[in-house]
Amino acid sequence: MLLEVEGLCVNYGHIEAIRDISFSVPEGTVTTLIGANGAGKTTTLKTISGLRKVRAGSVRFEGRDINDIPPYDRVKLGIGQSPEGRRCFVGMTVRENLEMGAFTRNDRKSAAYREDMERVLTLFPRLEERIDQISGTMSGGEQQMLAIGRALMARPRLLLLDEPSMGLAPKLIQQIFTIITEINQQGTTVLLVEQNAAQALKRSHDAHILETGEIIRSGTGADLAVDPAVKAAYLGGDV
Amino acid sequence: MNFEFLFSNLPQLTIGGLAFGAIYALIALGYTMVYGVLQLINFAHSEVFMYGTFAMLWTVMALGGADAGGIKLVAILIAALFSAMAMSAIIALLLERVAYRPLIKKDAPRLIALISAIGASFVLAELMGLRDRIAGWFGLDDNLSEYVGKARINNSMAGVLDAPRWKIGNVTISSIDVLVIVAAVGMMILLDQFVRRSRLGKGIRATSQDPETAALMGVNPTRTIQLTFLIGGLMAGIAAFLYMLKIETTKFDVGFLLGVKAFTAAVLGGIGNLRGALLGGLVLGVAETWGSALFGTEWRHVVAFVLLVVILLFRPTGLLGESLGKARA
Repeated sequence: MLLEVEGLCVNYGHIEAIRDISFSVPEGTVTTLIGANGAGKTTTLKTISGLRKVRAGSVRFEGRDINDIPPYDRVKLGIGQSPEGRRCFVGMTVRENLEMGAFTRNDRKSAAYREDMERVLTLFPRLEERIDQISGTMSGGEQQMLAIGRALMARPRLLLLDEPSMGLAPKLIQQIFTIITEINQQGTTVLLVEQNAAQALKRSHDAHILETGEIIRSGTGADLAVDPAVKAAYLGGDV
Repeated sequence: MNFEFLFSNLPQLTIGGLAFGAIYALIALGYTMVYGVLQLINFAHSEVFMYGTFAMLWTVMALGGADAGGIKLVAILIAALFSAMAMSAIIALLLERVAYRPLIKKDAPRLIALISAIGASFVLAELMGLRDRIAGWFGLDDNLSEYVGKARINNSMAGVLDAPRWKIGNVTISSIDVLVIVAAVGMMILLDQFVRRSRLGKGIRATSQDPETAALMGVNPTRTIQLTFLIGGLMAGIAAFLYMLKIETTKFDVGFLLGVKAFTAAVLGGIGNLRGALLGGLVLGVAETWGSALFGTEWRHVVAFVLLVVILLFRPTGLLGESLGKARA
């Protein structure tokens, strides 16, 4: 298992944001957490990347408990994140944002680094066109591509994607999901958080449904996509 | 208003003003960079500068600068520059460690950190102002009397430097003023390039823009904050050195007015903005020198602060108004 979350509880002040959730992400897969607003999806991701403190339970990466490792050191372990709301460094150019993604790497002059840069720019040709543009002046979709590309520049083994489809036009959503599948096929394990359940379930090996801080259903993406209860609640389909 | 005096001496006054402004700008960097990453005004930064002036003064005295000339004097001044930079950097790092980091760790409101800053500023200034008493506790006042001296009066190294004055036509220019301007502007350009191009500089910009996302990229916030205090300290040390070359006199409370002026320069240029600090410093220096020529030297500070208020009325975010994080490449 690349990532194991066990009995995780996280609080915001006195409010329990997530309660006793457990799931794991096998190497090489796309795993999805689905749920409505406020279900605890983003909190789960932020806890895995170390931005939120664990109240109880554990997060293990490659079998190692990482609860005490600060967020800036988790990047070096191989956990990369594209945060909710994209959070590009809007005053920096596209190139500088990608360089920030590689902040912890000390091989910035090597062929491997140039290959990674090329890989990102091949995945997102739009970024290559805009390489010297200030990222804050780009559209939401372009910023989303940049946020994912930036995370990839650290060469993560596990890529955390927080609502990559949020606020994007349907056509662009399709494109982003196609790229996520491609990233996965190139060997990066993906943990995806989404409200857009239809697309996410179709693309993921495993999925878990989160409701008010707890996991209420788990299964393969394909199974959950045809599950009548899931359809009614998250896919807007008729039962 | 003495327009005739202003216009007949315009070149000298302008160069003298630019030299003052360059010193303000170097100090202003410390305010502006720390504000960029912490959204906190480090009010004790004035003392970082003040300790630098004493390090400069004492090094020159200890190495016998008063009797030296030629190459030896140059070597002594270089040693004085490095000791001023080292002293200011140490004080700045100490401030971060003692007065700010514990509060930031506990997520204290910025207002609390501000009070801590003002407190630290007074403590540092008074420690320097009471150094004769402190030396007395250890029985050192006789051995060190030359350095401890009378702690609450001006301490001077006047006459060490007999710097040439250049005459161009009927304009006399102090070579020190030229050195101050060139050195300060050169340092600012170096620093600007560092923040824009280097990996650590980008880390500073990323942290000042979005600390949480910067941490996701692997930027250690504590190290980044330390780095900004270190840079601010080094620049204040250079400012202290240049100030002592120009003014030759310092005192335990010299930091207060210079600190306020430098802070004014930072706000004038746009707080959080490196190029703004340079512009703000130069504008302020020239304006108050012209102002004191027009209205008399006693109006110097009035002119400086009236200018600040007027500019902020029209441009509330300062002349350049961008933050460190948004500074463009």
